[in-house]
Amino acid sequence: MQQRSWKRRDFLGLAACAGGAVFAQALPGWAAGRDEAFYFVQLSDAHWGFQGPPNPDARGTLPKAVAAVNALPQPPDFLMFTGDLTHTTDDAAERRRRMREFQAIVAGLKVPVVHLMPGEHDASLDQGAAYQELFGPTHYVFDHKGMHFIVLDNVSDPAGRVGEAQLGWLADDLARQPRDARIVVFTHRPLFDLYPQWDWATRDGAQVIERLMPYANVTVFYGHIHQEHHHMTGHIAHHAARSLMFPLPAAGSQPQRQPVPWDPARPYQGLGWREVQAGRPGGEFGIDEKPVAG
Amino acid sequence: MTKTETKPGRRRALRCLLALAAGTPLLHSTAAAPRVIKVHARKFIFTPDRISLRVGEPVVFELTAQDVVMGFSVPDLGIRADLPPGQVVRLAATPARAGTFGFLCDIFCGSGHETMNGVIEVM
Repeated sequence: MQQRSWKRRDFLGLAACAGGAVFAQALPGWAAGRDEAFYFVQLSDAHWGFQGPPNPDARGTLPKAVAAVNALPQPPDFLMFTGDLTHTTDDAAERRRRMREFQAIVAGLKVPVVHLMPGEHDASLDQGAAYQELFGPTHYVFDHKGMHFIVLDNVSDPAGRVGEAQLGWLADDLARQPRDARIVVFTHRPLFDLYPQWDWATRDGAQVIERLMPYANVTVFYGHIHQEHHHMTGHIAHHAARSLMFPLPAAGSQPQRQPVPWDPARPYQGLGWREVQAGRPGGEFGIDEKPVAG
Repeated sequence: MTKTETKPGRRRALRCLLALAAGTPLLHSTAAAPRVIKVHARKFIFTPDRISLRVGEPVVFELTAQDVVMGFSVPDLGIRADLPPGQVVRLAATPARAGTFGFLCDIFCGSGHETMNGVIEVM
């Protein structure tokens, strides 16, 4: 008698035959594609529309990053842009014009899926109205290869709050996940008090972290601070990405939060994007920081 | 002998009473009326943007905003307030230690928001 050991792909096939792929993913404690390795790309803080000495190539830096992603030998499974797609403007028409230009540039990305989310420069002056018109919802979830991704909006409220409604939405979503689910949270602002003196915080970020704490495998990727930064709140890792417009100094390293000056001898220094390897043995993420090449 | 011992004692007691009598209203007035510091916020400036305080001195910030809702936040003193235009918002503080502490608008208010800040010096 031939013994048959059921593998995940077999179960997936069976579930798909029965039209049950969705059912299979919804089983508590079971995630389709679990342990399947893949990678995604995180871009952040393009500030499209910014002009000034901190970046003499303000209109060239984002296209360079797009070209670099397109030149990757293997395209990522998806790309996540963690906010501040555009630089703020008090002119609502100009805001939309910048967003349309940004949209046209990222349309050139040769990756299967591009996920976007707003930063405070995109959304805080109109509570996300223009962003939603052009790009869609400001908070949402998606699943990929057994991993659950939560995109949180902590910028449409100009006070930098997630807010009660979204906290409730988050709690409902988390209630559907097993405690050992592999969860990735994308935000723009840090969820912890990195440096409130420079507004590097989320007013009710502690409430978000409190809701995430019961889950064993949670990692946060965010932007906003224009530099690589890694921090732990309990077992939850938080990883900040670099900008594609200008770097900012380390928290509290100087009196004012002013961009790091452009260095003609080392153009694009401090700017960059990252590849994130997921689904590795042990569950940890591999982060590979990439520079912007001139 | 007894007289010479009693007189300085009386004088001391009298001095204490006078001191208490003089001090009581002073203590009352300090508690009732901390120093008021008016701060006005408009795009994208606080006026004044440099404020001097003394350690242990109770103060009340009287905060106003001109054009849009602003925030007034002094993270190192653990105080903050929303400033709706047209309202006077009072915020009490008693700095416990000396130092230079930044304050900032923590409600995104426009293109100059990120440089809208000031400094409180506590001596």
